[in-house]
Amino acid sequence: MTRVLRLFALCVLSLLLGCDAHRSVTVLRFWAIGREGEVLAQLLAPFSAAHPEIEIKIEQLPWTGAHAKLLTAVAGDATPDLCQLGNTWVPELVALKALQPVDEWVRHSTIIDRSDYFDGIWATSQMRGQSYAIPWYVDTRLLFYRKDILRQAGFNRPPVDWVEWRTQMRAIQRLSPDKTALFLPLNEFEPMVALGLQFDTPLIDEAQARALFQSADFTTAMRFYIGLFAEGLSTKMTDQQISNVWTEFGRGYFAFYISGPWNITEFKKRLPASVQGQWATAPLPGPHGPGASIAGGSSLAIFKASAHPREAWMVVEYLSTPNVQERFHELTGDLPPRRSTWNLPAIAQDEYAQAFKDQLERVKPTPRIPEWEQIATELRVFAEHVVLGDYSMEEGLARLNESANRMLHKRRALIEAGEAL
Amino acid sequence: MRPRRPQSIARLSGWWFAAPAVTLIGVFFFVPVLASFGLSLTDFDIYALADVHRLRFVGWQNYRELMATPLFWQAFKNTLWFVVVGVPLSLAASLLMALLVTTSWVRFKGLWRSAMFIPVVTTLVGSALVFRYLLHTRYGLINYALHTLGVSAVDWLGDPHYSMPAIIVFAIWKNFGYNMIILIAAIEAIPSELYEAALLDGANAWQRFCFVTVPAIAPTLTFVTILTMAGYFQLFTEPYVMTQGGPAQSTMSVLYLMYDEGFKWWNLGRASAVAFVLFVVTYLVTLLQRRLAPEAEL
Repeated sequence: MTRVLRLFALCVLSLLLGCDAHRSVTVLRFWAIGREGEVLAQLLAPFSAAHPEIEIKIEQLPWTGAHAKLLTAVAGDATPDLCQLGNTWVPELVALKALQPVDEWVRHSTIIDRSDYFDGIWATSQMRGQSYAIPWYVDTRLLFYRKDILRQAGFNRPPVDWVEWRTQMRAIQRLSPDKTALFLPLNEFEPMVALGLQFDTPLIDEAQARALFQSADFTTAMRFYIGLFAEGLSTKMTDQQISNVWTEFGRGYFAFYISGPWNITEFKKRLPASVQGQWATAPLPGPHGPGASIAGGSSLAIFKASAHPREAWMVVEYLSTPNVQERFHELTGDLPPRRSTWNLPAIAQDEYAQAFKDQLERVKPTPRIPEWEQIATELRVFAEHVVLGDYSMEEGLARLNESANRMLHKRRALIEAGEAL
Repeated sequence: MRPRRPQSIARLSGWWFAAPAVTLIGVFFFVPVLASFGLSLTDFDIYALADVHRLRFVGWQNYRELMATPLFWQAFKNTLWFVVVGVPLSLAASLLMALLVTTSWVRFKGLWRSAMFIPVVTTLVGSALVFRYLLHTRYGLINYALHTLGVSAVDWLGDPHYSMPAIIVFAIWKNFGYNMIILIAAIEAIPSELYEAALLDGANAWQRFCFVTVPAIAPTLTFVTILTMAGYFQLFTEPYVMTQGGPAQSTMSVLYLMYDEGFKWWNLGRASAVAFVLFVVTYLVTLLQRRLAPEAEL
């Protein structure tokens, strides 16, 4: 038996070597970031076995340096063939004309089915009616809460809208005044953006040229947000000022926390055994019933400069296959962007993930302009000053709007000059 | 034809000898500096990178906007704080160590000098990471030592009040060895007769230091002060590796702001303006210092 095997191996080997000599191997450079980059080789192993003619060179980037490296690569004509992109980076790379539109391929694909993707997530990589990337995994913010504390305060289900949420927070606060009902780190802008996205008025106007932070809707959202601090339902702290989220959530220092899917894994691992089973996830409450949240996550994009877009597309298709995405979820805890993957056992049985599935039907992309991240950091500065009492909310919003509009100055000028951005 | 004057030939050949260095400095220093000055007068950004026709000349607008940006002033204040506190402390450490390793009763001088020079040659990122462990709130050696002394734990890199002191301590540790070596050379060049004469006049150790050592090494001191200050104005790697400019932008430096503007937001026009403001400030401070301090060996 072993002899036969050895002979077989020898045949395969010679065949492979023979192949090598005749057929040229296509080399694809693939940039992936953080944890996803670590598991990618493992995830792609079956693909590589089935396609010996494609050699995938994976380069791992850290999250902190990836953005700068990508932009530098574009400036220096050193882009890879395909890349994992944070969804908020897509507009920048589109503005740089660096990405390959994928609509044509999607239309002919038997694997990637547009209608299977959550709408808000698919929209993140759509600009001027064209798609520039395929969502790979999703990320949104919703409510993590302590069931036991809620029960003590007299509630047996998580809040659905803001009024109910605030009622619950007040009850919890009365229960233990030295604690805080909701932990809203002052150095995070995501909760603010999520609350702002729950209304009909967008954060940036239709023409994508002017900030709308002084709209009635955004003012309402911020009045709710700032009010939580003013009323003492949330303490004025950054996440650097508590020992860490897991310890404090475990101790019950706060009952509500707005966070993303990565904390499912972390809470399962780090919360003490006594608290396991006492926490849960719920969709983000909105002003009138369940509200929207941010469509985050990463997408896979192919660069225009790639010499092998077809092969790169094959890799994107492979990674978008529901079974592969299920495996991806097992390896990383990342949530899949396709509804059909959510029906597969590995995810369907995860009770903590279910609230995310519900939330994903109501996610909205953040404004799709290259200036967005810079504007979002201004949002954080605004909240910090208003919460610390440096100026009133109205004045803060006026300043925020003004500085955002200043950042959009060039964009406005180009649009007025008739450029399609 | 009249023979050329020997002087002009000498001048010409002098230029030829200097030509390689002058060319290199011209191509790799003056041209980029002029180009970035030109860039600072434009609105080069992500849109211009995609299509160069979108580049506009904006005059001094970048500079005006910068002056109106609170974050710039915050960064400027932080940098100044780092320079004002860090440079004297760093020089004091260098001078103290230089004096110690040149005194006659210290043994194994070579060993001490090498040991204290090691931080200078270790990579900044590596040692910054080690310092991050040392400064860790709960597991760091420094807080452990403080704890045994009865001092409660300090959140070195997480508290805006302590983040800059922590960075300063690290920067001093990293840099004092370099100046120490230069000062050692200056101290050892002082003729021993001067000390003997001072001794005969009844000067004690402190007087010998004040009236012999310091005047003798004053030009060198001015020189290292200028170099150190120019270096400290360019604070970047330490906060980049240790705090990312936080907490609450307490370790955001001018150079860090330039990096953010240039490589994070891709506003290269504004980033160049930041660089030029920093250049002018450093230059002015150096000029001021040369006016106040004795002649340096520049």
